[in-house]
Amino acid sequence: MCHQSVGLIASVIEKAQIPTVSLSLLKMVTKRVRPPRSLCLPFGFGYPLGKPNDAKLQHQIIRAALNLLEDPGELPILKEFAPV
Amino acid sequence: MMARLEDIPLTHRLFVEAYPFRTVDWSPGARLVKPLSQCRLALITTAGMHLTSQVPFDTDFRGGDFSFRELPNTVNVSDLKISHRSSDFDQTGARKDANLVFPLDRFRELEAQGQIAELNHRHFSFMGSISAPGRLISESAPKVAQMLRHDGADAVFLVPA
Repeated sequence: MCHQSVGLIASVIEKAQIPTVSLSLLKMVTKRVRPPRSLCLPFGFGYPLGKPNDAKLQHQIIRAALNLLEDPGELPILKEFAPV
Repeated sequence: MMARLEDIPLTHRLFVEAYPFRTVDWSPGARLVKPLSQCRLALITTAGMHLTSQVPFDTDFRGGDFSFRELPNTVNVSDLKISHRSSDFDQTGARKDANLVFPLDRFRELEAQGQIAELNHRHFSFMGSISAPGRLISESAPKVAQMLRHDGADAVFLVPA
């Protein structure tokens, strides 16, 4: 349900003309809710930023998501995160 | 390990598979109008985080508590509490490092490096377990969108739990 909530909040904000990007742990739900930009992550529920106290991994995830914000391509964008 | 539907109890899984997920029409979508290094960013988490001084989310609210809490940009993330009703949200990691669901310290580092211009003076938290999202869509999310517009936020980063 968290993924539906994130997608809906993102969509409402986007409608207010502020660009959004969201993380997702459940591609199936995100595909159905269709928020504008999502980065799908290979982690368990409760671990969207990967690992506790792993700033390097957390930064990689954030960078990959911010890249979607800068992507001028067609929306929606649903991308899988590939750890470096 | 990736989150899979198989990881959650069968009753929850059947519910998710049969659930009529909602959508909001946001087309054509918004675009950044300047480089990120000149942007003001705000964060939104649905991990049910709140300040100790704020009323916790109501985990018994039928259909899910659709309210939100404002988190000041000056908050120490380790001081935040979590009130979330979903048993599928494993809070073990977030209790060790709240950045796992609300990565404010990481964004402070990006701000210090000049990768973003600045963080908004406030961020927002929802309790994401909302099975009846009507009032999330019609009331609380638009209210937050309006506050972010008022603040001049240029982009928003959202994190599920």
